[in-house]
Amino acid sequence: MNVTLKILRYNPEKDEKGHYETYSVEAEPTDRLLDLLEEIKGHQDGTLTFRRSCAHGVCGSDAMRINGSNKLACQVLIKNVGAKITIEPLLGLKVVKDLIVDMEPFFDNYKKVLPHLINESALPADGKERIQSQKERARFDDTTKCIMCAACTTSCPSFWGNDDFLGPAALVSAHRFVFDSRDEGASERLEVLSETFGVARCHTAFNCTSACPRDIKITQAIGELKMAMVTGKLD
Amino acid sequence: MDNVHQFEVIVVGAGGAGLMAGLYASKIAKTAVISKLYPTRSHTGAAQGGISAALGNYEEDNPDWHVYDTVKGSDYLGDQDAIEFMCHEAIQAVYELEHMGLPFDRTPEGRIAQRPFGGHTNNKTGKAVRRACHAADRTGHMILQTLYQQCLKNKVNFYDEFQVLDILIEDGKTVGVVGVELATGELHTFHAKSVIIATGGHGRVWEITSNAYAYTGDGAAIVSRHGIPLEDMEFFQFHPTGIYKMGILITEGVRGEGGVLLNNEGTRFMETYAPTVKDLASRDVVSRAMYLEMRAGRGIDGNRYCYLDVTPATVNKYAEIDGRTNPDGSPYVVTGEQILSKIPDIVDFSRTYLGVDPITQPMPVQPTAHYAMGGIPTNKSGEVVIDDKNTVFPGLFAAGEAACVSVHGANRLGTNSLLDIVVFGKHAGIRAAEFAQGADYVALPADPTDFSRQQVDRLKNGSGKENAFDIGKEMKAVMFDEVGVYRTEEGIQKAVEKLTELQERFKGVKVQDTGKIFNTELLNTWELGNLLDMAEITAAAALNRKESRGGHARDDYPERDDKNWLKHSLAWKKDGKIKLGYKPVVLTKFKPKKRVY
Ligand SMILES: Cc1cc2nc3c(=O)[nH]c(=O)nc-3n(C[C@H](O)[C@H](O)[C@H](O)COP(=O)(O)OP(=O)(O)OC[C@H]3O[C@@H](n4cnc5c(N)ncnc54)[C@H](O)[C@@H]3O)c2cc1C
Ligand code: FES
Repeated sequence: MNVTLKILRYNPEKDEKGHYETYSVEAEPTDRLLDLLEEIKGHQDGTLTFRRSCAHGVCGSDAMRINGSNKLACQVLIKNVGAKITIEPLLGLKVVKDLIVDMEPFFDNYKKVLPHLINESALPADGKERIQSQKERARFDDTTKCIMCAACTTSCPSFWGNDDFLGPAALVSAHRFVFDSRDEGASERLEVLSETFGVARCHTAFNCTSACPRDIKITQAIGELKMAMVTGKLD
Repeated sequence: MDNVHQFEVIVVGAGGAGLMAGLYASKIAKTAVISKLYPTRSHTGAAQGGISAALGNYEEDNPDWHVYDTVKGSDYLGDQDAIEFMCHEAIQAVYELEHMGLPFDRTPEGRIAQRPFGGHTNNKTGKAVRRACHAADRTGHMILQTLYQQCLKNKVNFYDEFQVLDILIEDGKTVGVVGVELATGELHTFHAKSVIIATGGHGRVWEITSNAYAYTGDGAAIVSRHGIPLEDMEFFQFHPTGIYKMGILITEGVRGEGGVLLNNEGTRFMETYAPTVKDLASRDVVSRAMYLEMRAGRGIDGNRYCYLDVTPATVNKYAEIDGRTNPDGSPYVVTGEQILSKIPDIVDFSRTYLGVDPITQPMPVQPTAHYAMGGIPTNKSGEVVIDDKNTVFPGLFAAGEAACVSVHGANRLGTNSLLDIVVFGKHAGIRAAEFAQGADYVALPADPTDFSRQQVDRLKNGSGKENAFDIGKEMKAVMFDEVGVYRTEEGIQKAVEKLTELQERFKGVKVQDTGKIFNTELLNTWELGNLLDMAEITAAAALNRKESRGGHARDDYPERDDKNWLKHSLAWKKDGKIKLGYKPVVLTKFKPKKRVY
């Protein structure tokens, strides 16, 4: 089938502002959108610029706006988006070139939530693993799946509007540790969240949850963090 | 000079191996990690099934069994001293990951959960043993995340989205590396005493592959351009279960959970090829079996794929036939829900890319290019060794899939790569830092970025008669057809000639993008040059090795030939020609014998 892609282009070395360019590509319905971008880059326009690596939705490189919603280009099959596709860079982060946005502020927010296990207690004397029940492990399973593609954070109206809001992805990472039974840093982390308006700015628009390519229940996770801040309890 | 940085240790690559090296080196020496991808985008994150260690959390296991299984899996080409070292370090390495916070799945007692994997056995009974420690089917993702988090916590220096183009060597000593900052296009010189190459593999040489776009053999190609040999490059692993046509990996863990391979007659054909462990035989064995089935016309609908069936009905049927039991002795029976909880990502991949729900339907699969057993030769400490006498190259280290220690020999066992990157990443980091502490900086050359600029200029100033994308496509096709699961003299020869032609045509490539900021076209084209080198060296080494061993299966020399070929190959690329040499395999406890599963 023939597919028309309308892509928002911007090259800071040449363009004052962004403009759309249109490409036409022959494709199989089962092709990934990423395959088509590669085809365009390979045969029509080498200057088209985007990030990608794994090509199957696990590395988080190629989040972009596809027909208006945030998705990974490698996870979108042509048969599911039709023959006319509009592609734009993520919103809320500075566009560096074409579909590449500046990820630094995003990763900076991630770093703020102390994303590492905090546990100063002695390790088991036999040197083996800490014991964690299956139920305790299941408690935070969902938020371990995050690949930091930024699809959620850049779909969030509160993030677009506020420089001091950490955004859903950072909160997902906070959740992953706060609810890990082995972690002892919950209060430190929750403090960061209250100082940075971490959770308060979330108005449960649910955009993040529908944008997540890993189907993480983000709004729920943020809700659980809010609850923990209010009650001081983790369950 | 602008853009010059000085670190005692430079690590190139931020996957599992690079992060582990960075973490350990920075405890001792001033260290930086350079990566062309954001660290969390590294391919380690794609690893699914697990990391091996004989913890024995469900049943009796023993590191010595792990050693033997790895030696046997390697078809006796692995160096047994290095294998012993790795398998014994494994236990502490996995506990260390847990202590760092890695969220492993748990046993009912709250210990690290383990699953069966290809080639992992109880050496007394020959039966499969649960040795693969897992976090659902995203073990690699968890390892990558955990190590990155530890690096952040320990304030390791990172240069993210910097792509290394060259290593600096003066008078046989390591001086540093040169890389381009993607965001600006500027070249940066990193002056160092020790350099650790941890750039991963080169599976993008083949058409059907489980590997990321970034898997272009950069590190191996870079050092090879400086006269350093590559080891055992003819050995590349084809994983039996890639998604048909796309190559996306379906972990062996699916068979570990009870999934079976079926041909068009609905027969579980692995029974014929590996009567004891059946679907959990080593990967090379299973991939070849699938090819033989397809050749005999038993692919599904006459096509080049088989079915991988993990629907509860099928799993339970064969579990009963095999007499498989749970740890408590009760019969092994699964529900769809349990399958989903064990392999959630696989279920997702299958639904997304195949439109197939694996809980109710079988998945079409074919062998997919997966893992580089060969690479930059090193010893157990990660030091690069450059000849048959294992002479150490001062200041140069390698770890992970880019390296060849060699613990995988002719065929890697599933879960041994995640183990390899953690164990040897750590030791390379320690050794590199120790070396740096006892060494002085060697002065930088007058124009350190000279060769990097030359490489880039060539791509900008070609005639433009040739298209890089097409050259890449032709390379992938000929490598998959002729230097794939099965190989013949005639076929490899054809590939060699084709690659010579493609190398010539590559000179006529010219990139369109003349900008500096994120010129990914330029860098992708440079990577294609690396892939062509990897392909050429692989084909030359494959043509040379006249036997079948592990991942290298020759139709015209179907048997392993220990008399003539129980040796590693070394390949040097110089002036466009490939020279081959050898080095002995280290045998300690295990004498080569026939490999039966
Ligand atoms: C789909 C899949 C599933 C797998 N499952 C398993 C499993 O279950 N168990 C197991 O043991 N193994 C598994 N493997 C294999 C294993 O994951 C890899 O071999 C291993 O993760 C490689 O780690 P690494 O650190 O060597 O490389 P990577 O993690 O790939 O890291 C390479 C790094 O080098 C950087 N880099 C590359 N070139 C340059 C350059 N020119 N300049 C700067 N930086 C550069 C990249 O940015 C990246 O950070 C799997 C592999 C795949 C593809
Ligand atoms: S390329 Fe890795 S998520 Fe799409």
